[in-house]
Amino acid sequence: MKDETRFQVFAHIVLIILAFLAIMPMVLMIISSFTDNDILIAEGYKFWPSKWSTYAYEYIFNTGNSVIRAYGVSIVLTLVGTVLSLSLTTMLAYAISKKDLPGRGWITFFIVFSMLFNGGLVPTYIVYTNIFNLKNTFAGLLFPGLLMNAFNIMLMKSYFVSSIPSEILDAAYIDGAGEVKTFFHIVIPLSKPIMATIALFAGIAYWNDWMNGYIYITKRTELYSVQNLLNRMMQNIQFLSQSSSNVQNATAGLAAIPLASVRMAMAAVGILPILVMYPFVQKYFVKGITLGGVKG
Amino acid sequence: MNSKNTRKRRLIRYWPIYIMALPGLIYLFINNYMPLPGLVLAFKKYNARKGIFGSDFVGFKNFKYLFATQDAFIITRNTICYNIVFIIVNTVLAIFVAILLAEMTSKMKKVYQCLILLPYMISMVIVSYLVYGFLSTDNGFLNNTILPLLGKEPISWYMEKKYWPFLLTFVNAWKVIGYNSIIYISTILGIDKGIYESAAIDGASKWMQIRKITIPLLKPTVIMMTLLAIGRIFYSDFGLFYQVPQNQGSLFAVTNTIDTYVYRGLLELGDMSMSSAAGLYQSLVGFVLILGANFLVRKLDKDSALF
Repeated sequence: MKDETRFQVFAHIVLIILAFLAIMPMVLMIISSFTDNDILIAEGYKFWPSKWSTYAYEYIFNTGNSVIRAYGVSIVLTLVGTVLSLSLTTMLAYAISKKDLPGRGWITFFIVFSMLFNGGLVPTYIVYTNIFNLKNTFAGLLFPGLLMNAFNIMLMKSYFVSSIPSEILDAAYIDGAGEVKTFFHIVIPLSKPIMATIALFAGIAYWNDWMNGYIYITKRTELYSVQNLLNRMMQNIQFLSQSSSNVQNATAGLAAIPLASVRMAMAAVGILPILVMYPFVQKYFVKGITLGGVKG
Repeated sequence: MNSKNTRKRRLIRYWPIYIMALPGLIYLFINNYMPLPGLVLAFKKYNARKGIFGSDFVGFKNFKYLFATQDAFIITRNTICYNIVFIIVNTVLAIFVAILLAEMTSKMKKVYQCLILLPYMISMVIVSYLVYGFLSTDNGFLNNTILPLLGKEPISWYMEKKYWPFLLTFVNAWKVIGYNSIIYISTILGIDKGIYESAAIDGASKWMQIRKITIPLLKPTVIMMTLLAIGRIFYSDFGLFYQVPQNQGSLFAVTNTIDTYVYRGLLELGDMSMSSAAGLYQSLVGFVLILGANFLVRKLDKDSALF
C-alpha cells in the first residue's frame, strides 16, 4: 500500500529528527568536555572543536575531593534511599491491597489525601528544620519528599490486587503460614517486575534530586550530591578552587582553572550513571508508566 | 457481612500487616501531615523566637499585603499561563509522537523511543547546563555559531525577557514528550486492529484512518490527562523555572511562578509572611482544582480517577 509506505517514511524522518533533537544537547555537552578550554572560550561550544583535550577530566579527578566526594554522596544516597523507599512502599501497598483488612478504607484515604493537600514548602521546611533538625545532615537529603510517594504506593497496590491471586494467599494461610511468611515467600518473589519498576522510579528521583540538598544543606559542603555540586558551581565559579584540598594547586592554578570545559565534564560525569543504566532499565520504566496510567 | 467475630479474627490474623504498614504511615504523617498546622503561619507574623504558634496573629494582613503587590498577579499569571501552554503543546506533541511510534513497523522504533525518552531521565540542573551550552552570552552555541551563520548579532539571552516563554516551553516539551507519549501509545496499542482493517477495505487512506479512528479513540485518555493536568495548574516545575533561567532577576517578570516565589521568599529574602501566604493560597486553590478535576474524571471513567 503506497499510503502505508508514505506514512512509514514520514514517521521515520520525523522520529529521526526528534531523536536527534533529544540527544543533541547532551552530545554537545560531552564534546565540550573534551574540548581544549582556551578554544572553548574563544570559539564557544561547538560540535566539532578545533582542539581536543582531556584536561578537564584530568583536572576533576586530580583535584580530588569535591567531585569524587559528591559522587560518593549521590551513590550512597541513591542506594539507601531506593532500598528504604522500596521497602516502605511495598509493605504499605501490600497492606492496603488486602481487601478484607479492617480499616483499609481509612488508611487508603490517609494516603490519597496526602497527595491532594500539601502544606507547601514553608511549613515542611519548618517541620524538618526546627522539629527534626535535619539541616546539614545526610537525613536531610534522604527524608524530605522522596522517601515515599502516593503514586508509587497506588501503582504497587494495583499490581498486588491484579497480579497476585488471593487464592494463593488463602492457600498459604490454610497451610499455616503466617502473614509475614506469606509476604516474604510468596508475594515478594511474585512481585519482582513491579519492585524493579518502583526501585527504578525511586532511584532516578534520588539521583536527580537537587532540591533537598539545595534547601537543607547550607554549611556542610561535603554532603553535596553531584547535582548540588553542579548547581553550586554554576552559581559560584570560585567554588572549585576554594574547595580543593590541594592548597598549592588552588593558589597557583587560579589563573589557569579551565572553568567552562571542567563544568561540562562534571555535568557529563553527573549523567553518566543514568546514561549507562538507561538502555537496560528503559523497558521497566515504560512498563511502569503504562501500568500507572492505565489502571486495572 | 462483617460480624464482630470475623472482624476480630481478621484483626488477629492481620496484626503483622499493620506493623508492616506502620513505617510508611509514619513517614507520610511526618512528611505530609505534620506540616499542615504550619499553614497557620499565613495568618501570623512570624517571629523565630516565638515559634509558629507563639507568633502574633495578624489575620488576613499577609494576604492583603501579598495581593496588593504586582507580584501576586505576575506569579499567578505566569504559573497558569505556562501550564495552559504546556498542556496544549505537550498534549499535541505527545499524541503526534505516540501515533508515529505506535504505528511504526520497523524495529527502529524502540531506538527512537529510547532516545526521545532520555531527556526525561536527567535532572533539571543538568538541563540548565545544556541550555547554558546554547545560550551562554560569550560561549554559547547560538551566539558563536548559529547567529553568525544567519548574519545576526549575539543576544544576551539571560537578560532578555521576551524569548523565555518560548524557551521554557521548548525545554519543557523537550523533556517530557517521551514520557507523555507513553500513555497514549499504550492506548493506541489497545485499539482493535480489525477496525483499521475494515476501514482500509472501505478505501480509507492512512491519514483518514488516523483522523477518524485513532484520534477519536484517544479522546477519553486525552481528556483524563488534561483534566488531571488542570488539577495541578497552580503548581509548576520548580527546577524548570528556577534553574534553567539561572535565577536571573532580570527575567523574573516572565519566569517567576508561585513555587519560585515561595522559595525565594523563604530562603533568599527571609520574608516568611509573603511566602507562607502564597503557599497557603497555592495549597487551597490547588486542592479545590484537584478535587474538581478528579470529580470530572470520575464521571467519565471511574477507574481512571485518582480516588
